[in-house]
Amino acid sequence: MTTKPKVSKAELAEQFRAFIDPDYVITDDETMKPYECDGMSMYCEMPLLVVLPETVEQVQRVMRICNENAVPVVARGAGTGLSAGAMPNKEGVVLSLAKFNRIVEIDPLARTARLQPGVRNLAISEEAAQYGLYYGPDPSSQIACTIGGNVAENSGGVHCLKYGLTVHNILSVEMVTAEGDVVTVGSDGLDGCGMDLLALMTGSEGLLGVVTEVKVKLLPKPEVAQVVMAGFDDVQKGGDAVGGIISHGIIPGGLEMMDGHAIIAADDFAQAGYPRDAKALLLCEVDGTEEEVHEHIAQAEEVFRKLGATSVRTSQSEEERALLWKGRKSAFPAVGRISPDYYCMDGTIPRREIAYVLTEMEKMSEEFGLRVANVFHAGDGNLHPLILFDANVPGEFERTEAFGSRILEMCVEVGGCITGEHGVGVEKIRQMAVQFNDEELQQFHDVKAAFDPAGILNPGKGVPALRFCQEYRSLEHKQHTHEHTEAAHG
Amino acid sequence: MADISQQLKEQVLQARESGHKLNIVGGGTKAFMGREADTDAGTLNVGEHTGIVDYHPVELVLTVRAGTPLSEIEATLAEEGQCLHFEPPHFGAASTIGGTLACNLSGPGRPWAGSVRDQVLGIRLLNGKGEHLRFGGQVMKNVAGYDVSRLQAGALGTLGVITEISMKVMPKPAASLTLVQEMGMDEVVHYMNSRAAEPKPITAACWVDGKVYLRLAGAKSGVEATAEKWSGEVMEEGDHFWRQVQDMRHEFFAGNDVPLWRFSVGSTAATPKLEGNWFIDWAGSQRWFRGAGELKDLEPAARAAGGQVSLFRGGDRTGEVMHHQPEALKGIQRRIKNAFDPDNIFNPGRLYSWL
Repeated sequence: MTTKPKVSKAELAEQFRAFIDPDYVITDDETMKPYECDGMSMYCEMPLLVVLPETVEQVQRVMRICNENAVPVVARGAGTGLSAGAMPNKEGVVLSLAKFNRIVEIDPLARTARLQPGVRNLAISEEAAQYGLYYGPDPSSQIACTIGGNVAENSGGVHCLKYGLTVHNILSVEMVTAEGDVVTVGSDGLDGCGMDLLALMTGSEGLLGVVTEVKVKLLPKPEVAQVVMAGFDDVQKGGDAVGGIISHGIIPGGLEMMDGHAIIAADDFAQAGYPRDAKALLLCEVDGTEEEVHEHIAQAEEVFRKLGATSVRTSQSEEERALLWKGRKSAFPAVGRISPDYYCMDGTIPRREIAYVLTEMEKMSEEFGLRVANVFHAGDGNLHPLILFDANVPGEFERTEAFGSRILEMCVEVGGCITGEHGVGVEKIRQMAVQFNDEELQQFHDVKAAFDPAGILNPGKGVPALRFCQEYRSLEHKQHTHEHTEAAHG
Repeated sequence: MADISQQLKEQVLQARESGHKLNIVGGGTKAFMGREADTDAGTLNVGEHTGIVDYHPVELVLTVRAGTPLSEIEATLAEEGQCLHFEPPHFGAASTIGGTLACNLSGPGRPWAGSVRDQVLGIRLLNGKGEHLRFGGQVMKNVAGYDVSRLQAGALGTLGVITEISMKVMPKPAASLTLVQEMGMDEVVHYMNSRAAEPKPITAACWVDGKVYLRLAGAKSGVEATAEKWSGEVMEEGDHFWRQVQDMRHEFFAGNDVPLWRFSVGSTAATPKLEGNWFIDWAGSQRWFRGAGELKDLEPAARAAGGQVSLFRGGDRTGEVMHHQPEALKGIQRRIKNAFDPDNIFNPGRLYSWL
């Protein structure tokens, strides 16, 4: 970790103001307030100061000054992250990339877009639409989140199973290193020479470098997309149907599942016509050419019926497709209406464990006295349990966190992982000790040091200090389940 | 089928103690790649570390020991109607999955189906300290920790011994069909990219000897409807042709007298004007060149096309064979090497002279 900064706040601000518009070197508490947290608002910290550079050269100079003075740097996009990865360091600088918001170039023939890191995810597809193209990864925050943050978190979304994560959809990034050098990793070609530093950068949560430009791949917009909705009277059948579709050779564009609590909340909110008595609901979207979609939709309907669906409905128009998705897309705010607060978790499990994990979660829900609703990317086993709580009731958030930890540990026990797409940040840093042993964590620290010898980039996030891990693992019920996988629950 | 990881670990520890180097070998079919191997180094044979550890067709996930031959994996997947979507080249019956990942080798479907690197979900790795580590996982999405698994792709074993790989597998397409027609090299790059920009089930596009080949694959109805709309003759032996391309057994690749260069460039870039023959694959992203020359003379052409060049086979392998790296990236890669293999045991000098 970093040593104590060698420079005062006033000195640092003065140095920055020599080359950055003084209005964008923010030092007063009131203006800095919006930067105190990201989308994970339970974790807050005020930074030393905030800078909003406008050029790559300014970013380089900021990094050089911070590196020389051992000042922590937390890079920030739109601040929509859900693991407190962009939470400021109280002795450090928040480096906002908000001014890097330009789409530099779209090349329709090559199907690529060159983007500054502050370009919003949805804006890429909006701009590319005129060429019949779009950008694949579509995290639920896509209206606000930025491509730089997507690279930092390796963001996914609803369409990952078929179209991949951020790591599969980028060609290169230009980044400023901790020492202030500008380097490009990746190229316009696929699979360049040597170590895959692009993969290493993707999902590194701002710990390895500051991304200043991203080149993404664009995809041709499918001719047709249709969605089949299937209701099931128990979660086991719903879970089996997920596998059923996939083993039938169909890779859906999106395959989402909701449990009984989420179905009712979402239907109340969106009036999507969901089967309100169902215990599990699947939304299976198939996209492609007209002929292909026609063929696959018929097969999907048949598979769901065979596997015991109590209701099957296929969208017959774009409006109907949008309506069926509306419930799913508004599921989080819908759940927000039935509870003062909710805590969104993010773990991944093998698909075959869906029913087991949901059943166990129901038991834990009773044990902790907290309701839980589940909305998730079933196609890739990425769970988003929403734990409902009231922050005004003393002790309830602590209980929520404990419940959340148990869910993540269960994910690891069944062969999954503690985060599918939200990242580790601060929020899940303790659970890293459940998924990895000390040697593995040390290897991560060594990788970090290769990029950032002084340890100034987002210190204290992503990878826990080893001394905290022993403590966490030794707590009761927290057996290290590393050599686990199949054996976990027979 | 055997788990020899303990034995491999002991060999690494021994090498570390005695200050010896190790050349990592799987099936030994890719010895021609990279710089010349260090002749003083011992051999670490991963080829006997074989077997499928875990395979759940419903999960689309396979976990396999690194020394397992590709052919064995593909036979197992085929029983379930699945495949390795990245179409790994087999340079012989002994080609292994570990070597394929270390060399980051993928076949003609790569721009659409993804590369071996894209399909990797997790690995086990023996580092230079003899620690047997696990990274990533067996699930589709996993963002806990750095992506050490994919970092191995293309590192040619310089960071450690990959012992186990979990990867995504995919259903075999229900139908496929190849369209072929004559076309000049100057117009083909634009043509292939235009086709790739259409929302049609295209899964491969290459050009050689004045002919362009496009493969359509997926649901039968979609493949047939597209073939009717697009120009070109339906090729009788389409699958055979792509298999030849995948395994680099097409006659373009034959012989060792003329060096084989790999240009990894922007898909729409103009083909460099060089004395020699070209094979354009991946709808323009991968271009094979056969011609004499030196790396330093070819690099400007690759850079102008937005990419990199490497000497794939033949030629002088005592100098650098991979595109030159800028100083800042050299520094980072040296430090990464040091982080995984502090005593520089694994495949010394195989990737770069300075690594």
